[in-house]
Amino acid sequence: MTELSRIRNFSIVAHIDHGKSTLADRLIQLTGTVAARDMKEQMLDAMDIERERGITIKANTVRIEYPARDGQTYILNLIDTPGHVDFAYEVSRSMRAVEGSLLVVDASQGVEAQTLANVYQAIDADHEIVPVLNKIDLPAADPERVKAQIEDVIGLDASEAVEISAKSGLGIPEVLEAIVTRLPAPKGDRDAPLKAMLVDSWYDPYLGVVVLIRVMDGIIRKGDRIKMMQTGAVHGIDKLAVLKPQMVDTPELGPGEIGIFTGSIKQVRDTRVGDTITHEKKSCAAPLPGFKPSVPVVFCGLFPVDANDFEGLRDAIEKLALNDASFTHEMETSAALGFGFRCGFLGLLHLEVIRDRLEREYDLDLITTAPSVVYDIHMRDGTVQQLHNPADLPDLTYVEHVEEPRIKATILVPDDYLGDVLKLCQDRRGEQLELTYAGSRAMVVYDLPLNEVVFDFYDRLKSVTKGYASFDYQMIGYREDNLVKMQILVNDEPVDALSMMVHRDRAEARGRMMCEKLKDLIPRHMFKIPVQAAIGGRVIARETIAALRKDVTAKCYGGDVTRKKKLLEKQKAGKKKMRQFGKVEIPQTAFISALKMDG
Amino acid sequence: MPVAAPEPVDDWRHGGFGVYLHWPFCQAKCPYCDFNSHVTAQIDQKRWADAYRRDIARVAALVPDRIVRSIFIGGGTPSLMQPDTVAAVVDAVRGGWPTANDLEVTLEANPTSVEAGRFRGYRDAGVNRVSMGIQALDDHALRRLGRMHSVAEARAAFDVARAHFERVSFDLIYARQDQSAAEWKRELHEALSMAVDHLSLYQLTIEDGTPFAARLAAGGLRGLPDQDLSADLYEVTQEVCSAAGMDAYEVSNHARPGAMSQHNLIYWRCGDWAGVGPGAHGRLTIAGERCATVAPSAPGAWLARAEAGIDVDSSEPLARPDAAAEVLMMGLRLSEGVDLRRLRTLGLEVAGLQELVDDGLIALDGSRMTASARGRLILNSVLRRLLSDQP
Repeated sequence: MTELSRIRNFSIVAHIDHGKSTLADRLIQLTGTVAARDMKEQMLDAMDIERERGITIKANTVRIEYPARDGQTYILNLIDTPGHVDFAYEVSRSMRAVEGSLLVVDASQGVEAQTLANVYQAIDADHEIVPVLNKIDLPAADPERVKAQIEDVIGLDASEAVEISAKSGLGIPEVLEAIVTRLPAPKGDRDAPLKAMLVDSWYDPYLGVVVLIRVMDGIIRKGDRIKMMQTGAVHGIDKLAVLKPQMVDTPELGPGEIGIFTGSIKQVRDTRVGDTITHEKKSCAAPLPGFKPSVPVVFCGLFPVDANDFEGLRDAIEKLALNDASFTHEMETSAALGFGFRCGFLGLLHLEVIRDRLEREYDLDLITTAPSVVYDIHMRDGTVQQLHNPADLPDLTYVEHVEEPRIKATILVPDDYLGDVLKLCQDRRGEQLELTYAGSRAMVVYDLPLNEVVFDFYDRLKSVTKGYASFDYQMIGYREDNLVKMQILVNDEPVDALSMMVHRDRAEARGRMMCEKLKDLIPRHMFKIPVQAAIGGRVIARETIAALRKDVTAKCYGGDVTRKKKLLEKQKAGKKKMRQFGKVEIPQTAFISALKMDG
Repeated sequence: MPVAAPEPVDDWRHGGFGVYLHWPFCQAKCPYCDFNSHVTAQIDQKRWADAYRRDIARVAALVPDRIVRSIFIGGGTPSLMQPDTVAAVVDAVRGGWPTANDLEVTLEANPTSVEAGRFRGYRDAGVNRVSMGIQALDDHALRRLGRMHSVAEARAAFDVARAHFERVSFDLIYARQDQSAAEWKRELHEALSMAVDHLSLYQLTIEDGTPFAARLAAGGLRGLPDQDLSADLYEVTQEVCSAAGMDAYEVSNHARPGAMSQHNLIYWRCGDWAGVGPGAHGRLTIAGERCATVAPSAPGAWLARAEAGIDVDSSEPLARPDAAAEVLMMGLRLSEGVDLRRLRTLGLEVAGLQELVDDGLIALDGSRMTASARGRLILNSVLRRLLSDQP
């Protein structure tokens, strides 16, 4: 156990690509925490997807021993938090587990929207914040401008910002010194009953569920029986360790310390981020404040391209769900797509990450239906139903009104693109809340319906700003609006997988776009096929796929019979990749393309 | 006494019996052609004649008791054969089987002066019908198709053929690059003014593995018609030919009444035929079992095996559903269509028939099923539907 005064717990707040992982790597390297031969890039990002996308999905932790210039050796615990808004709650818990943050800003790029959201989380958690300007050695670096921006936009004193190049290692010793001298030591009472926060948990094939905790008060020892206060579950501590970042056993963890335990917990689902851990006997009086069960906000259907893969998909989803309590799933059947699952996610990134993992780690080909948000359906009898799937919308005669979730979106954009961004937000039924400037960049804050954002907002934003805008959001609540279910009919048959909830004012445009797209995606048949978008019984958009006019072999003589017959058989086999809708066969690729979010 | 239903054993009799002979050599390959043809400087015609003779005798021993209705000498470029070689082949067939009184003996010919010089010899060898690959009546188009003759030369050769043979057919390729419906109509009128009794009018098809396919894949061969224009071109063809008294009796073949190619009808009516020569396919019903035969396609390999008296063909029995699918696939190409009872006897119940009738793609007259004009233009789709219940 370590003296409180020689512990510093911190996180790193940064935008993607601003060098968070590289800085973490350098801190680990310079203190000799990991032997040089074991170092690899983005040491803390364990998943391939994290490394590839340069994002952090799970909280990762490393304990660093640092002999400071004052002659003392300090224990520095870094919790590397997920940087994305989808994981805002997880971020807020990680923030509560540490006392300070390094705010890493790219000295050439400046502050981004994502940086803002996370730095506000750090401020909310009463962190001391040390600004760090990275990439100081780039020719485009402009530290003075960026410091001014930090002061203007965030309101932090940046005069003593540490200037570094994580890539070359420049300034890293100064960062370590700043952690020790400028961040506060944790507080806590080692004689009080045990009170620890469950920061994160994950599944390890050898150890079962591993729980990351921060001890607030008291001492946790191997062999203790502990209780999770929110779930009430009781476990014996089998293993207690710190992460360097590999596990190193420790007999006990005291106040201010961060480590992991295992205790024959079978599923990650059985643990709740933010839960309070105490001793089964001699419990602490009250749990830590701020616990929230995680609630999915974006839903979509996941279906196997090959119906034979359904069991494989079920296994894969169940395995992933064991390790991710925030991801929900239930079986769904679609006339178009067969058997699959309706899945709930914390946000779009979470959706993409899960889908990528299913496809990559379990080698599945998936069809993803259009993402949908959760609508509150207020019924005439006063009850409220939550609608996860547009196909399940109750009969409208029983519906009083429909409410949709709205978000507060923060967009930072060079002023050259401001007009395009404002137009995009207005088109998406946004309401402007704020417009301010920081240097040549504008900060736009909008109140937007989440369903307009899950559709293709982010891709549109990227394209109208040539990738220069940064975007972040938080949920702000539900609001009533004129929302309707739009169905797509192919040859007069509704195609359930293409149903969507839309705002009445946007329905025509969306319906027209969908019909035009499908017209190009569905091959010509032996007859004309109407493709319609409809609300209730009323058609609001229509296209017609002309009948096939020519599909005949010009020459077919004695020497061609075998070959042409085989060709017909091959084409017949190719039709298995089609889904039958009445008389119409729709290729699966058409669903995939029609449902693609990028419009 | 009840009359026994026709046995599938005799199914080939619906189409009769013929002999196809493949001559695998060309002076040069055309860029659109995917037939089995080879360019060789020296050909020992005597050796080839002997090998053909041997192989024809071998097949005749396999399926005796047939009356040969037709001999078709195709290629390659059979008009590169010396008349003696052709005579050897025709004589071998006549020696192997009895032949019909009106035996049709067709030879494919290139329309050049060199070949026209051999027409008398071919007639003396027993050829009574010539099918000429004129391909286009437009010099620019001929060059683009990689043909080595001009329109003038083709017309001259055609006149020589007419002087020697009562029955002369020729081929044209249309739906070419940058070809409008109006231009094609003009060319077709000109063709009809030349035509004797038979015309084969093929839409240009880019076959896999041909130089044209490679050019197309590389972004070349621009100006090919889209689906709607090729359908228009096809419809123009039907209209113009019908008005001239040359209805299509098959997807791409037009004839005056009674002048249909007897040989090709054997294929479309799914009769039996012996396939002789490199890469030739055959259909032979032996001991009640219909077999698909195919000879090795390399000329050298075929020649060596035929000379050694080895059975050159690989032969595979056709399962009854496969045989039935062939009857359907080939028969619906014909304006006469197919008899549903024949399909049933072979164990095939077609799928979705009423729907196709309702959509105006198939017509039924008693047990006779035909593709409508619109149905014939999308015959592959119609066939996939009709065969969709088949494994």
